[in-house]
Amino acid sequence: MNWEPLILTFELATVTTLILLVVGIPLAYWLAFTRWRGKAVLETLVSMPLVLPPTVLGFYFLLAFSPSNAFGAWLDEWLGIQLVFSFTGLVLASVLYSLPFMVHPIQAGLSGLSPSLREAAYVLGKSRWQTLRLVLLPNIKPALLSGVVLSFAHTIGEFGVVLMIGGNIPGQTRVASIAIYDEVETLNYAAANFYSGVLFAITFAILLLVYLTNGGLQKRLWP
Amino acid sequence: MIELQIQKELQGAKGPFVLELDLAIKSGQFWTMYGPSGAGKTTTIRMLAGLMNPDRGRIVVRGEVWYDSEQKINRSPQQRSLGMVFQDYALFPHLTVEQNLTFASRNSEEKGRIPGLIDLMELGTLRNQKPGRLSGGQQQRVALARALVQQPPLLLLDEPLSALDHKTRVRLQDYLLEAHRKYELCTILVSHDLGEVFKLSDRVALLENGKVRRVGTPGEVFLGESEELSLQIVGTVLRIEEQGPNIQIRVQIQGSLWQSTLPFADIKDLRVGDRVVLYADQQHTQIRKV
Repeated sequence: MNWEPLILTFELATVTTLILLVVGIPLAYWLAFTRWRGKAVLETLVSMPLVLPPTVLGFYFLLAFSPSNAFGAWLDEWLGIQLVFSFTGLVLASVLYSLPFMVHPIQAGLSGLSPSLREAAYVLGKSRWQTLRLVLLPNIKPALLSGVVLSFAHTIGEFGVVLMIGGNIPGQTRVASIAIYDEVETLNYAAANFYSGVLFAITFAILLLVYLTNGGLQKRLWP
Repeated sequence: MIELQIQKELQGAKGPFVLELDLAIKSGQFWTMYGPSGAGKTTTIRMLAGLMNPDRGRIVVRGEVWYDSEQKINRSPQQRSLGMVFQDYALFPHLTVEQNLTFASRNSEEKGRIPGLIDLMELGTLRNQKPGRLSGGQQQRVALARALVQQPPLLLLDEPLSALDHKTRVRLQDYLLEAHRKYELCTILVSHDLGEVFKLSDRVALLENGKVRRVGTPGEVFLGESEELSLQIVGTVLRIEEQGPNIQIRVQIQGSLWQSTLPFADIKDLRVGDRVVLYADQQHTQIRKV
């Protein structure tokens, strides 16, 4: 069996999730505590991938990243980065596509904490950053775990975006979901079944882990 | 010495009103902000802590300007040296009692004070517990100990005792007084419990609708006296019964009951549930509604 699409899928999901952690925590923090009036617009943008057909997102990425357009040409000329039909492009698109799955749980977790926790830390002389790191994040571990797992699982499941901007290059952009489609097209059901089975089992295991963990297992394993 | 001159527009239950304060608080004094809810008590101490901004005014603590709207000075809470106990205690749930105190320490000197505070607040057996497992009174002691780790000159208490039962409350008042005297703090308490006010405070500011109605010792503010020569106890009327020309009245004073028969004229405007002050000198016992 060819494991390459599966390995590529998990590489993509891991890299995407790590980037999302770095991007998602500050964004969720800002959304949870800002009093800026335009906040609703940004919240809407973050939530768009939840409802938009992935092909729409992929289509605009394709336009933006294409070397025949200004932005894509600029990236190619100045930074030597090709985003269309490349792993880097897939990562970037996946980050945006899975953004709400990281931001929403963390934002909800932060908003749910009593404001006096933050204030108590400030009065004790801790900076915002210290307060986030030492007080807020340790108290929203279940939300962080949900964010990580959901982003990871969602990235594994993406198809439309990848199809639009990744194409089907083995070892580069041919992730499992694309490979399944491809195998079915060529009537190779055995291979499609193999990829599908593995994805099914792993996604099930991941989600089960979240429900078990947030349902009390976390307190025993990670007090 | 604290100078507090602030103005802030607030939204009350009956529409907007302006909180206006001009107070001078001497070092070592225990002050209480007393008044109905929505009068601006909590807002006042939040503005002192830098958690809320006044519209204009000036806050000077021990010669350091913390806030001055004209000079555009506004120190962040981090830059103001104070301890604060929140109404919900705000203990960090993921840290043990001892870790909560350690979190507050900024250097080895402050860290060195922690064992003493744990003794003072009798937290020795609880030091490795998480706050979630503690009772209200225990959490309260931890919060107080945490606020004292940095030995700030100013201690702010936002109704910290309101959620506790009577016995625990009295004990915690003793802890508070002990800490206040031991560390020579300037303490400001928000409270609407009169017994607490009389027991703890040197000075009371009676707030109503954002304005200071009266300032002075508890006796001056609530009893209209300039000198306190008699014993004063605060209680609640439980029962009033006619007995011929006299009236028998029963008053709950802290944990116990007091009963007396008094001429009708003395207590005609009292009702069951009223807060009253009893005062006794060598000749008489009098009862007066607060």
